[in-house]
Amino acid sequence: MSSVLEVTDLTTVFHTRRGLVRAVQGVSFTVNRGETLAIVGESGCGKTITALSLMRLLPIPPAEIVAGSVKVAGTDLLRVDDATMRRMRGSEIAMIFQEPMTALNPLITVGRQIAEMVMLHEGMGRAAARRKAVDMLRHVKIPEPERRAREYPHQMSGGMRQRAMIAMALACRPKVLVADEPTTALDVTIQAQILDLIGDLQRELGTAVVLITHDLGVVAEVAQRVVVMYAGRKVEEAPVAALFADPKHPYMRGLLASIPRVGTARGLASMDDRLQEIPGIVPPLNELPPGCAFAPRCKMADARCRAEAPPFEMKAADHAAACWKS
Amino acid sequence: MSATAAKPRSKPSWANELLYLARRYPLGVAGAIIMTVFVLAALFAGVVAPLDPFSTNPRASLAPPGSAYLLGADMMGRDVLSRIIHGARISLAVALGATFLGSGFGAALGLASGYVGGWFDLVVQRLGEIMQALPLLVMALVITASLGPSLPNTIIAIAIPLIPNVARVIRANVLSLRELPFVEAAKATGMSELRVAVVHVLPNTLAPLIVLATAQLGSTILTEASLSFLGLGVPEPYPSWGRMLSESAAEYVRTAPWLVIFPGLAISAVVFGANLLGDALRDALDPRQRD
Repeated sequence: MSSVLEVTDLTTVFHTRRGLVRAVQGVSFTVNRGETLAIVGESGCGKTITALSLMRLLPIPPAEIVAGSVKVAGTDLLRVDDATMRRMRGSEIAMIFQEPMTALNPLITVGRQIAEMVMLHEGMGRAAARRKAVDMLRHVKIPEPERRAREYPHQMSGGMRQRAMIAMALACRPKVLVADEPTTALDVTIQAQILDLIGDLQRELGTAVVLITHDLGVVAEVAQRVVVMYAGRKVEEAPVAALFADPKHPYMRGLLASIPRVGTARGLASMDDRLQEIPGIVPPLNELPPGCAFAPRCKMADARCRAEAPPFEMKAADHAAACWKS
Repeated sequence: MSATAAKPRSKPSWANELLYLARRYPLGVAGAIIMTVFVLAALFAGVVAPLDPFSTNPRASLAPPGSAYLLGADMMGRDVLSRIIHGARISLAVALGATFLGSGFGAALGLASGYVGGWFDLVVQRLGEIMQALPLLVMALVITASLGPSLPNTIIAIAIPLIPNVARVIRANVLSLRELPFVEAAKATGMSELRVAVVHVLPNTLAPLIVLATAQLGSTILTEASLSFLGLGVPEPYPSWGRMLSESAAEYVRTAPWLVIFPGLAISAVVFGANLLGDALRDALDPRQRD
């Protein structure tokens, strides 16, 4: 398989008044053509910072990408100049955001926003770009695309706006699509439609998708491989089936245990069936413990866990984790 | 029922749009009419004015409004109506010129300051604060005194002190706008920073800009009046509303009130018209206010 996105040892820090915040520490992963890689983890674990680092959209300063490489089809995005990066954005690597309500400019028609981007990257004339925009809207299954293209974002529903965002992101056939919680702000039925749509377009265009989410249900449904992040580090990586069947890292085990299961709970009367939780909170990223970052919350942690960071190593075929105990 | 019921539906769309907007914003139409009347009066002052605004007549000194002088005559026997009509040229040129100039530069500076940020923002804002610490009139005085009294210099002198006010408001707006997801999304599509700033951020600051500009229109006319009163505005004998008002306000307000009332009404009407038009424009330019 040919990998289109190769992220190696990505390390992003923030220089803040309270010291250096290590938001992403040595994260590596690869995504193949047509594959979906999910990055999961709770809020503040560095998922979104990873996504923005890939796009080089972080404000510098305070952010700084201090190490690593992000190769899209062989080109290291972290080594190219700003003008080249701008050309890559949208045409090679595109992104869709969590907030469909505010991710479109309220003063410009949806069609024009897509057309602008097509004109920018493919040097099309206004009329051709306009037709392409309508085509893309039809492609993402927006009814009456000609009329919708002339409408403003506020005239569309959240799901439709997210479709329009997807149309814009995929208009120039990027090799990589970074989707940062694309369905979090949508209700469940629309969520499924949007995920299906991304999947269909991905199969058609061969796009590699990096799906950032905290929703394990979404992961199980659409991802082929999963990277689990905790406190800025990758703690586990495996194909989706292996991860759900046999999680190696206690954090991932905790996450899976905390999903409510319909059909097993016998109502709230039974205390044994209470929803599992992971005690404690994610440590602040500027005062990480010396050993494993998860040790303070881990039931299995011992002296070594607290003193020494575990290496990220293979625990089974194609299944790696960073834990002394597995 | 007639057989020729089919209406001509081939009306151009901009005419339809205009008609729709007119129905939607009747106050805006009133504002547009007021402004158009004044602009036409200024453009065709020579034709519209009943008398020569410069010719004096000692016997008509302080003549009250009547058939000979519709709105009365001033101390030198000049026709007030004609002077108001001719004065529209200067007052409108100053008001619109200074407002456009000040708002334009102010908006550009505020956009750059807010969007670029960092030390550039710091320097621009501190310079703006220094300018704002000086009273508007004093600034304008210094500028006209150094440039010399003439119409363009008056416009520049009044426009410059407006710049920091506008820049401040636009900067504050840009600071919040640039954090919005659509700005980030625009960058993610590969747009350059300049393009994002001009295409995506600037149009979103239009609403406060229009409100600010229309509010300033009135104060520019009055600043011009003060400058003229001090002999630093547009030189005599060209009439300007501000000077007509300020010259007669102290002396004649009891004995010949028409010298004060009518130029004052003209100023109020323009400010009123500009505000009505500005409000309607602000709403009409925002797609969220349509439908």
